[in-house]
Amino acid sequence: MSYLKPLFSHPKLPKNKLGYTLKEYEGSLSTLCAGCGHDSISAAIVKACFELSIEPHLVAKISGIGCSSKTPTYFLGNSHGFNSVHGRMPSVATGANMANKELVYFGVSGDGDSASIGMGQFVHVIRRNLNMVYVVMNNGCYGLTKGQDSATADRGSKNKSGSVNPFEAIDLASMAIELGASFVAQSFSGDKQQLIPLLKAAIQHPGFAFINVISPCVTFNNNPGSTKSYDYVREHIEATSALDFVPVKKEIRVNYAEGASAEVGMHDGSKIHLNKLRMDWDPEDRISVVNALQNAKVKEEILTGLLYVNTDWKDLYQTLNITDNSLNQLKESDLCPGTEELQHINEGFR
Amino acid sequence: MKTRINDFIVRFANVNGTGSASANYLFAKTIFRMGIPVTPKNIFPSNIQGLPTWYEVRVSEKGYLGRREGIDLMISVNPQSMAKDVQSVKPGGYFIYDSTKKLNPDYVREDIHYLGIPMMEMATKAFEDPRKRQLLKNIIYVGALVRLLDMDQQTIRELISEQFEGKKALIEANFQALNLGMEYVEKNYDFPLFFRLEKRNLLGNKILVDGNTACGLGAVYGGATLMAWYPITPSTSVAEAFESFCEKYRRDEDGKNKYAFIQAEDELAAMGMVIGANWNGARAFTATSGPGVSLMSEFLGLGYFAEVPAVLIDVQRAGPSTGMPTRTQQSDLLAAGYASHGDTKHILLFPASPKECFEMTAEAFDLAEQLQTPVFVMTDLDLGMNDHVSEPFEWEKERKYRRGKVLTTEDLENIGKYGRYLDSDGDGIPYRTYPGTHPTKGAFFTRGTSKDEYAAYTEDGAAYKRNMDRLTLKWNTAKTLVPPALIQNSASPCNLGILYFGTSTFSSEEARDLLSEEGIQVDSLRLKAFPFGKEVEDFVESHRVIFVIEQNRDAQMRKMIVMELNCHPQKLVPVLNYDGMPITADAIKSQIVSYLNTESNPNHELSKATV
Repeated sequence: MSYLKPLFSHPKLPKNKLGYTLKEYEGSLSTLCAGCGHDSISAAIVKACFELSIEPHLVAKISGIGCSSKTPTYFLGNSHGFNSVHGRMPSVATGANMANKELVYFGVSGDGDSASIGMGQFVHVIRRNLNMVYVVMNNGCYGLTKGQDSATADRGSKNKSGSVNPFEAIDLASMAIELGASFVAQSFSGDKQQLIPLLKAAIQHPGFAFINVISPCVTFNNNPGSTKSYDYVREHIEATSALDFVPVKKEIRVNYAEGASAEVGMHDGSKIHLNKLRMDWDPEDRISVVNALQNAKVKEEILTGLLYVNTDWKDLYQTLNITDNSLNQLKESDLCPGTEELQHINEGFR
Repeated sequence: MKTRINDFIVRFANVNGTGSASANYLFAKTIFRMGIPVTPKNIFPSNIQGLPTWYEVRVSEKGYLGRREGIDLMISVNPQSMAKDVQSVKPGGYFIYDSTKKLNPDYVREDIHYLGIPMMEMATKAFEDPRKRQLLKNIIYVGALVRLLDMDQQTIRELISEQFEGKKALIEANFQALNLGMEYVEKNYDFPLFFRLEKRNLLGNKILVDGNTACGLGAVYGGATLMAWYPITPSTSVAEAFESFCEKYRRDEDGKNKYAFIQAEDELAAMGMVIGANWNGARAFTATSGPGVSLMSEFLGLGYFAEVPAVLIDVQRAGPSTGMPTRTQQSDLLAAGYASHGDTKHILLFPASPKECFEMTAEAFDLAEQLQTPVFVMTDLDLGMNDHVSEPFEWEKERKYRRGKVLTTEDLENIGKYGRYLDSDGDGIPYRTYPGTHPTKGAFFTRGTSKDEYAAYTEDGAAYKRNMDRLTLKWNTAKTLVPPALIQNSASPCNLGILYFGTSTFSSEEARDLLSEEGIQVDSLRLKAFPFGKEVEDFVESHRVIFVIEQNRDAQMRKMIVMELNCHPQKLVPVLNYDGMPITADAIKSQIVSYLNTESNPNHELSKATV
């Protein structure tokens, strides 16, 4: 277990626009291992939602199976959560989203859950551009079953028992971009400064927002030779864009010392500022992103930050041209053609 | 020869993909419009073009809608299957063939009549366009049947006019083809045949429609707002029907959809979407067949254990595995009733007619939400893809959806601590909340893992057991909510019973009459749902022998009765059919008679009834 949660809180804890403190955004006590990267991501989600002043009950947390999929219990305790079946979170999120478009959908998954058993659903939820935040807590191994390699483990990476992974890794972020995801980011569980604004931008993004977060498994994959250990990631990380997310009308700009900067406008008026942007790609140009990712791979660099964004594509709700009222609000009078109409229908079958 | 009115079977042997289906349908629909009970059945291959396909039409003045063996008239337009088709005609029956080519002497039988009609030659002479020639060749043989069977000319012309409304040239071409067939018979043969049609008024306000269309419509009436599905024969037309009714009845004033229709990437995803939408308070369903049920099983277990409503239309086909995808069976009973690992059971509904497909689909949404669990509508290929004469669809004015126990914001304000899995009413059914209902109360974590009354994860054996026992209590409550079985007792007290369900119904009822003609009286019970209610238990208890009639090899329904009602297995005698064709009354009768004979004559002497 990571930490013990105090039951009381300081009376002077800062409050957000809704009058809530961070406390209202927390969940139950984590049962993951002490130092687990996933807990840092949970904390970042708590912070992002607090800072955006999102009503906790208007968030739905949906997950599959695995260590990562347990985390929704550990954040946003006032939100409904659904720990579904292994690899099938995207379909549950799709159904839920169709029923009520007013909620923020947080899909939480892991590398086993998304890159192996759930690859099919991962691919298809991207195609449909479902309006959701899809976080993969990526540690390159199966934690709950004691450390087997996952499909995102790098070729040549050594696991705790000393065996070397002979297979090519699946790069979820590159794949998401190729498949047409409208928002793709990559981050590291140890870099809250980057992760929190990325999460905020993802929440605000009107479509499918994918964040691949490298999140070391302290128990089974933090050994020398592993490419998903804290040490390795820290040595190879290339923060391509330090960034800040600026909600509508509230300009807080964090300036980094060097590098070019860019600004991406979201449809609701909010903005993402990207600083320290490398000169060789434009996050609104898919081809340049794919090139940058390929180049980084050759150099054994892990690019983090906002990789790609496109706010013009329709989300699934719009593509299916669904009515403005959420489907779960419709009543008999909206849905049932009625007794008289049935007489006409019967007539058509005579 | 003695004239037979409105009592015969016609079979058409065609090539898949040649437009024969609409010509054959025209034939059946004309008989329906003449007020005569008719049962058409499509016997088609798993193929798009080129393989043999048959269309069998039973005409029954007595209103028997099941299948029967014995073909009185064969219309053979497929050389591939001709050898077999000749053999399948009853002695004394008729064989109509395309005499553009000479009949192979191997196909000549002494005991049947041959009526050659040069269909292709006539079509080629009359029509220019090659595609038209092929399509209208089919109408030529229908024209011949108009004369041979005394079909009502005005009725068939009306139907053609309705079908091609606004397309004058097509109507005229069809009329021309029809006349060609009629004239050929007039010039060359005696007509009508000794079995023929005569207009009646036996159908009242009945309708002719297939079960899949009825299920799709039932889902629209029942308030489904999401359909997620994956294409699979024979269920695909449920999705097509739902979508087309929605396009008509579910558009708002801005032209936006009051429904979501998603073709999923596979059956797993389809069921996941259904579960997700239901969890979030929308009525959602899927339609599939056996292989899809296998794939959906994990989610079905989640639906059962996490108590999320879901509706699944299972249009059964012949299994196991890919089986015979275009043939019918009632063989998913165990797979559906106990779908998924662990102690899991599901509610099944068994429609026997399009009207029941409509009603039970709509009702499935009520039951799923009242009981917070998946509900199956167990139809099959025979019911789903063939047109059936049915009572018309009915919908009570002002009928309200029964949404089950769902707490509103106000409810949550007024209660103490909310427990998602707390049985406050003693019926095993707890209260749900939809996400987003209340800022601080009512949120809970839905999971497939074990939990306590307050939805908190637990591995405490006692809490797990309490939850499992509550699910049993809920199952018992379900017995009082599902549609009860239909029981029909014979005039005098009797200790023999027949038990049937779904598409075995019509043949079972016909078999009951056939048995009665032989002096064998039976009481009957038609199951409409699983779990079985008290009435089923009593029926089984009060009869010495019950013949369980079903369309699968392993007597699956019989097994379920043995398991659930804890009765002596020997009481339940299986009566089975599993060749992929709908069960016939004769098959049922002969299996029952042979059982009774063996029972009364252990030395296997044949009684009068079997000779």
